[in-house]
Amino acid sequence: MQVTGTVLTTRRVDAYHALTVVAPGITERYRPGHFVSVAVGGARTSMVTRRALSIHDVKSDYGGTVELVFTVRGSGTAWLAERRARDTLDLVGPLGRPFPLPRDPVHCVLVGSEYGSAVLFPLADALLERGCRVDFVLGGASADRVFGAMRARRMAETTTLTTEDGSLGVRGKVTDALPSVIADTRADAVYACGPMEALRSVTAVAMEFDIPVQVAVEESMACGIGVCMTCVLPIIGDDGATRMVRACAEGPVFRGERVRFEDVGTIPFDALGAPGGGARHAS
Amino acid sequence: MSVDMRTFLAHVELANPVTTAAGCAASGRELAQFFDLHRLGALTTRSITMAPRAGRPTPRMAETPSGLLNAVGLQGPGIDAFLERELPWLAQRGIKTIVSIGGGTVAEYSELARRLADAPGVTALEVNLSCPNMEDRGRVFAREGSTGAEVIASVRSIMRYDVPVVAKLAPDVADIVSVARACVDAGADALSMINNPLGMAIDTEALRPSLAAVTGGLSGPAILPLAVRCVWQVHAALPGVPLIGIGGVMSGRDAFQLILAGACAVGVGTALFHDPYACLRIERELEDLLQARGFHRLADAVGLAHRPPGSAPRHLLVDTEESTP
Repeated sequence: MQVTGTVLTTRRVDAYHALTVVAPGITERYRPGHFVSVAVGGARTSMVTRRALSIHDVKSDYGGTVELVFTVRGSGTAWLAERRARDTLDLVGPLGRPFPLPRDPVHCVLVGSEYGSAVLFPLADALLERGCRVDFVLGGASADRVFGAMRARRMAETTTLTTEDGSLGVRGKVTDALPSVIADTRADAVYACGPMEALRSVTAVAMEFDIPVQVAVEESMACGIGVCMTCVLPIIGDDGATRMVRACAEGPVFRGERVRFEDVGTIPFDALGAPGGGARHAS
Repeated sequence: MSVDMRTFLAHVELANPVTTAAGCAASGRELAQFFDLHRLGALTTRSITMAPRAGRPTPRMAETPSGLLNAVGLQGPGIDAFLERELPWLAQRGIKTIVSIGGGTVAEYSELARRLADAPGVTALEVNLSCPNMEDRGRVFAREGSTGAEVIASVRSIMRYDVPVVAKLAPDVADIVSVARACVDAGADALSMINNPLGMAIDTEALRPSLAAVTGGLSGPAILPLAVRCVWQVHAALPGVPLIGIGGVMSGRDAFQLILAGACAVGVGTALFHDPYACLRIERELEDLLQARGFHRLADAVGLAHRPPGSAPRHLLVDTEESTP
């Protein structure tokens, strides 16, 4: 659904930006893992694509607010970063397929790299409500790019932080710390969000431990609603066939082992409908 | 008084002139989450191909000033899945559907037409002669009148007489009027224009092309003047041929330009990426513009900008003519 939201507050969170927007219709149907798309540049803008943003927090005050987290990457996100309280934003959402939640109170490790961590906090709330144990592993290139460390510490059993430059927590990447966290917490499941490279290695670690892993991918999108076909990645289906699947409509959450990370950015030769034949017999 | 927005695509009546553009509304289901598809003049599907197609590698999209470059490569599940799942869904709901088809050979287009000829729910068939993404040895059917005409003649001979065949033309040609004329002579009941012109962007950080496919189709407001020009030229040469004007329509005013240039229907594409409700908004804005200018019927505005300088708009003369004894 489309909502004209009003910006309530704006803040800097280390290297990132957060906007709290009053958006009643969106909060009612929100589940952890959903995202929203935002029109940028105002009414007469020359920027024709929407920006897909992660939802970091949903609250019921003011009729329903969402907190959106993003980093400035180009002119669209730069425009967003300039929004001030009482500005209006054109939001469409909630979009995508949310994180599936375990039926039983199991142990979950939540892995966030860079501002991908943002989507994990509403997920952690939902898991805690179900009596799950939640442990965080959060990382980034440097201390100012590790998102949400304070909040993670407040809500999780343990929080492990990693930075590539060693400025905070363990020196290294999230996957350097992940195996010991999984072992120590006797984790039953892993949830992850972050850049594709991080998701790839998190999935590899989870598969080594033979536990399920759900990843939320960050693909660039033009529409966010499933019509533009630009956000596809190769996903293995239930029938074993690989298809080019939309991150916005069928994702952004996928089972990690179903994502062909090493083939992202290509059309694998055996994908359904790949040039030169591929698995054309499959339907 | 409200404006009569009905329009005719050949003999097929549409309740209003606003359609989706091929490839910008998938097969309708995604937009149906937002509004009732019956409110569209017609839904144009993505281009359906014989075999499933995985499309092009990513990145497939790059934003450009007032535009969007895309190289999707006609990703889709193929005609079998379309006939099994997508078309029946539209047909059961009685949604006016323009089915777009894309192929690599005349035989492939003909086979697609054969498969669609007896399928219920096809309001019109749009033949995508011009998709710049087709990996057909770089050759595009719409580039020459003769190759385009060959496809149209074959498809026209196969489709039932009461389903209009629409030829979709590309602007990347030396003389769009000659291509248009060749397609009409081959039996096209209507023409739609324009498909995306080819463009390219280079990522100045990565120092390589922004799209994996290197070049892509340019869409969005950047190409509206190109569409207006093409519609104008073709309407001037072939005033009796119904035209669907497509290209960068973001507002009712943009649609009105294409109507005044000679289009009787307007396709909305890239605007849908920005605003899922774009078709409804544009239809409303177009109606308001017509009403504000004293039009009672959309049909009276079609091609009106072609009237000789100095002459008054026809629709405004009606009252005086009627009052003359």
